[in-house]
Amino acid sequence: MRHMLDIIDWSLDELDALMDTADDIIAHPDDYADACRRKKLATLFYEPSTRTRLSFEAAMIELGGQTLGFADASASSVSKGESVADTVRTVGCYADIIAMRHSKEGAPTVAANFSPVPIINAGDGGHHHPTQTLADLLTIRREKGRMNQLVIGLCGDLQFGRTVHSLMNAMARYKSIRFVLVSPDELRIPEYLREGMKSLGVPFTEVERLEDVIGTLDILYMTRVQRERFFNEADYVRLKDSYILTPAMLRPARKDLTVMHPLPRVNEISVAVDNDPRACYFKQVLYGKYMREALILKLLEAAK
Amino acid sequence: MNINEIQDGYVIDHIHAGGAMRIYRYLGLDKLDCSVAIIKNAKSERMGRKDIIKIDELIPLNLEIISYIDAGATVNTIKDGKLIDKQHLTVPQRVVGVLKCKNPRCITQTEQEIQQVFVLADAEKKQYRCYYCDTIHKPED
Repeated sequence: MRHMLDIIDWSLDELDALMDTADDIIAHPDDYADACRRKKLATLFYEPSTRTRLSFEAAMIELGGQTLGFADASASSVSKGESVADTVRTVGCYADIIAMRHSKEGAPTVAANFSPVPIINAGDGGHHHPTQTLADLLTIRREKGRMNQLVIGLCGDLQFGRTVHSLMNAMARYKSIRFVLVSPDELRIPEYLREGMKSLGVPFTEVERLEDVIGTLDILYMTRVQRERFFNEADYVRLKDSYILTPAMLRPARKDLTVMHPLPRVNEISVAVDNDPRACYFKQVLYGKYMREALILKLLEAAK
Repeated sequence: MNINEIQDGYVIDHIHAGGAMRIYRYLGLDKLDCSVAIIKNAKSERMGRKDIIKIDELIPLNLEIISYIDAGATVNTIKDGKLIDKQHLTVPQRVVGVLKCKNPRCITQTEQEIQQVFVLADAEKKQYRCYYCDTIHKPED
């Protein structure tokens, strides 16, 4: 059975096909209004999330399907100590497909090993967030008109920022991609990812100052320093405002720069940037819903 | 037991000097009722010094554990006092139930019944990554 656990499990042809479907949904939404009639999506969110859960639910509703689930582990049998395996085996009897968010890394992989229906990883700890990456990929393709020959700057929390890890793994497979990694020393990318980029031969540089590199970028992907990933509050407070993108900082940037952010933001992008035509983070949200629709369609079709 | 003569059992040979106790521990040989001999720092033409483990019974032997700890070891199977098989090991692609993920955020930390699975990430550096959370495990960890 097919699942969406990690973006690298999906080939570039498959990702391109998902983007083609999303483009078609955007162009002809009525054609898909009944595509998931009588189908149910379960959203098992062990960790709070507003936009990802609502995006999945909106996607399923637009496809004519229905949703059920929980938005908080304390409101489920998990609070009684039920394992992930037992939960998905149970929910798999009610729903046709499951989207899971969990604070523990690898939980969706465990779920996929036991589930009778497709599992979508809606974010697991600081590990992966593949459906955010699907949103990011469609944003890049629609905004840049290409998926290759891009200099991609990733800025902020690159250690725990799961959206960064998934995006790097996806974009590294396209041609002539170069990453510029901007972070404080403590929040650099994890070692497995650094080794992975080296083994793929993907060029990347690691710097601490955004000002020094912003003029070289085609894409700037900002991330939030996430309080929930820190064991030590003092470390969070010290690092949370490491990077704040302002109109002044954007001055040396290219006119066709695409500024992205997985949202929610706290203060790493000044609201004054929102009106800049280069700011694409709210378009990203919309594209995310269409890509989740395309993914749900693909996984349900594969499970037939 | 006469450690030179095994009727039915194994001789795990060419273990790097100092590695035998780790194999002994990981294989759970301390729980066996049969005779087990550990020869440390035996002279070896090829290796200078080596360790050897002799097990005086044909128990189910987890070669994955031995090859993870020392892929250079050889496992000789003895039956009726004769050598019937000699296995040269290779670095395993997967290691199950041997390593423990050190990532406090890994699902295996909270759901203890999940079997620990590691996948070979770099054969040269002998690094494995957790199947669930991708955390790299180095030999020195």
